[in-house]
This record gives sequence, C-alpha cells and structure tokens, in this order.
Amino acid sequence: MLLVTCPVCNATGDETDFHFGGQAHVARPATANPEGITDEQQRDYLFARINPKGLHFERVRCDRGCGKWFHAARDTMTMEFKAFYGITELPPDDVIAQAKGGWAEYFAMRKKKQK
Amino acid sequence: MQKPRYSVFSIARNAMNYHKDWERAWRSPNPKAEYDAVIVGAGGHGLATAYYLAKNHKMTNIAVVEKGWLGGGNTGRNTTIIRSNYLQDPSIAIYELARSLYEDLSQELNYNIMFSPRGVLMLCQTQHELRAFQRTAHANRLAGLDCRMVSPAEVKEIVPIINDDPNCRYPILGAYYQPRGGTGRHDAVAWGYARGADDMGVDIIQNCEVIGIQRDGGKVVGLETTRGVIKTKKVGVVTAGHVTTVMDMAGVRMPIESQCLQALVSEPIKPVIDCVVMANTVHGYMSQSDKGELVIGGGTDPYNNYSQRGSFPALEHTINALIETFPIISRLRMLRQWGGIVDMTGDRSPIIGKTPVDGLFVNCGWGTGGFKAIPGSGWVFADTIANDRPHPIAEAFSMDRFTEGRFIDESVAAAVAH
Repeated sequence: MLLVTCPVCNATGDETDFHFGGQAHVARPATANPEGITDEQQRDYLFARINPKGLHFERVRCDRGCGKWFHAARDTMTMEFKAFYGITELPPDDVIAQAKGGWAEYFAMRKKKQK
Repeated sequence: MQKPRYSVFSIARNAMNYHKDWERAWRSPNPKAEYDAVIVGAGGHGLATAYYLAKNHKMTNIAVVEKGWLGGGNTGRNTTIIRSNYLQDPSIAIYELARSLYEDLSQELNYNIMFSPRGVLMLCQTQHELRAFQRTAHANRLAGLDCRMVSPAEVKEIVPIINDDPNCRYPILGAYYQPRGGTGRHDAVAWGYARGADDMGVDIIQNCEVIGIQRDGGKVVGLETTRGVIKTKKVGVVTAGHVTTVMDMAGVRMPIESQCLQALVSEPIKPVIDCVVMANTVHGYMSQSDKGELVIGGGTDPYNNYSQRGSFPALEHTINALIETFPIISRLRMLRQWGGIVDMTGDRSPIIGKTPVDGLFVNCGWGTGGFKAIPGSGWVFADTIANDRPHPIAEAFSMDRFTEGRFIDESVAAAVAH
C-alpha cells in the first residue's frame, strides 16, 4: 500500500484514498490555439506519454480529503515518492535534477521558457 | 539440424536410459557479427515471429535477443486465456487467426502446448453489459465466429459453483460464450516456438540486453547489446512493458504506458470448474489449471509501474469480486501471486508495423491480453518484417491510427478482461 500526502490539506492516507490521474504537466495545445493545432499535436496531447522506468511525475486527486488535484514525483521501480507539489507548480529543483530522458527534456524546456 | 521428434516412443526410449540422453531443446549460441534480422524480446510474440520468419519466409539467418531468460516476462505471467470474441473487425481478424493457429499448434511444433478449448464464459452482470455483449455477439456472428449468448440457467449448468442468487449486488443476467476458447500452457508456447525456431537455425541469445539501436541516415544498421554489437538491417522490437525503453533508444516515442497486472493461484483442489469464467463488471476472471489450482486474474494498478509487484488494493479488489461470484472459494488459501508489466495503449489494441525509422519494426501494446494472440501476432509480424510492408491483418494496427483518430476501440467493449 502506497502512502500519499496531499500538499494542499496535508492529510496522509492510503493510495485508495486518492485517485491517480496519469502523467503530469500535459498541456492542451488547443486551449491556446484552437484553430492552429495539427493532428500530431492532438495525438501527442491525447496519447503520447512519457513512460519512464524510474522517476515519473503524475497527477493525483485527494479523493477523500480536500478533493484538490496535485502532483506527485514517484519512482516507477521502487514506488518511492520523491515529492508532492501543487497543481500549478513545478517539482523541487533537487527532484528535477534527478529526472532523465523525456522528463529532463521537458523540464529544460520549461526552464528556458521561464527565462 | 533436424531435432529428434518428441513422441511416446522417445519417452519410452529415454526412460530406458533413465532420461539421461534428452537433447537440449535449443542451443545457447554466442551472437554472430551480423544477422538478416534481429528480434528483440524472447517472449511468446518474439519467438513466434522468429519461428514464422524462418518457416514461412525462409529467413533463417536471424536472432532473437533477450534481456533475461526466454519466456520469463509476461508469457510466463498471464492467466493463459485464449479467445477471439472481440468487438471490432480488425481485432476479430487477428485474434481469430491466433485462436485457430492454437488449435493444431502442438502438432505443428511437435511440442505439447496443452491447448484446452474448454470454453470461455463472459458473464453479464448489468443490463448495460448484457446489451454490450449482445452487440459483440452480433458482430462476431457476422464475422463467422462460433459464439453465442447463454441464459442464466445455462450458465449455472456450465458452472455449477457460480452464485446464481438473483438478489445479489451483481446478479448473473446471462453470459457470452465462446465454446472454442479456452486455455493453453503458456510456458510451453514459448518453449515450443523456441525449439522450432532453433531447429531451423534461429539463434536465441539469452542474457543479452539491448542498450542502443545504431542508425545511419534514418535507417537501422545494428544493435548495441551487453554482448557486443550485432549488425543488422531489420530489427523487430517485441518487448511489451519495456517497449518505450527500447524505442526511446531509436528516438521513437510510443503511445504506451506500462502498468502492473497481477495474477494468483490457489492451492490445488479437485476439479470444480471446467471452463474459463470472466466477470468484467466486478473485475475478475478464473479458471482451473490441470494441477487443480484456481488461476485468478483481475485489473491493473491505476498508476505506472515497472516493478513486477502489484498493489495490494488491486489484489483485494479481484478477490472480493471472485468471492462474490464463487462463494465456494472463500476459504481457499492462495499459493502464489505475481505481477507482469503490461504495455497499455489508448484504445487497448496493439500496435503492429513499421516505425518512422527504416528497418525498425514494432509489435507491442498487447496490454492485458497478449497471450491469446501469440501465434497470430507472430504470423503477421513475421510477414510484415520479411516484406517490409504491413500484413493485411496488421494494417489496421499501425501506429499512425493515433494521429488519424482511427482507433480500434476495445477498452469499452471488453472492460477489464482482455
């Protein structure tokens, strides 16, 4: 049984108290530009996923607590949670530093945009 | 290098020698410097692909490389169910090809895969499910499958241990029955294909992990492995839960997520159930092995997982469901439990075919239901690799269906159990 802590209401509970919502940080391209998106962009939004063996970032909902969505960083081999953070936030820098592959690329892109 | 045939006489002859002289079923060769094609992943699908490449397409200078041991992944971890009563036409085509190949696979391979067409019964426990399966029944009848709807009374006749209380939370309202479906011995399928492929000269190289895919101008030129570089112009990736890990090496992003699916077996008991029962609404399915163990499977974990150890809530949910359906099993002890990493696509149908990289082929996305498809999947994938174009049955399963919105939507049709 995984133990999850909601960063919004600080409640800790079993994984059955929470709902897992799939990969984190998936932006819907049609929101910003409904007319200009390509089939490939829509495919990537709906189906292409980062599927790492190791550190992964996902969305979780505090089902039986405050009901808010938040983010979790979890290792898909060890099941260990590295961080819980808000739905509008990026993970802590030390966790970002551990990201590999598709996730490392994604966070590098986000950092570049911020600058 | 024709292998001696297995037969009742060979058993008798070897019994005389205290079974000291059995030949190895396959060699363990060192990798050659170059092959015409290399299959990555020695599970059922990979070995079947190699077998049909050698047999149907006369490509015998090929290899199968495997990170661990042959048949040690999902091929040895599933609940061995074989059926073909899917809703969509492309699914029916490939699963029925597989099921029909299973019928005489033991004779074909000279290896007893213990195919047992004991019947697959898919319960209808809500009005919605009853209608959905009636729809599938009509689709299957149009496709010429031997399947039919059965009444609650007939369900009780086929499976006397089932809970037929009309007042329970999910009463049996009927079932969808495929009498030609059933089970097989999953390890034997991998071993039989391995032996057959090896006999035709295919090199099966175990403990050989792929760590890189060499490309030159958008074409595959070789594989980097833990046992050195292997040159080849054609690579078929058949690595189920680890398909994204391998395809990332070639820069191809797959619409796949890896999750853990669990199964368990009970202590062996006398025969109580002689068909496969799938209860999709309550998430559980069960059959009885020849050893007498009840073989039980359920749904996947709700999150990505590569650990081959599933979550306890998923297991508890499956057990709850089956105890409601079969109250007689409530005091059985469980013997073993395990997990396999399944590769889930968005529409719960597989991906078979070419990729944006020339010479790189992929066969994945079988998710929670790949075992039943092994012979058909190997057949069409071998044809696809040999001729460098999708086999007509594989065409619909190409990766670009996700760009085109041309889904083969089985997630609704089959609920949990594939």
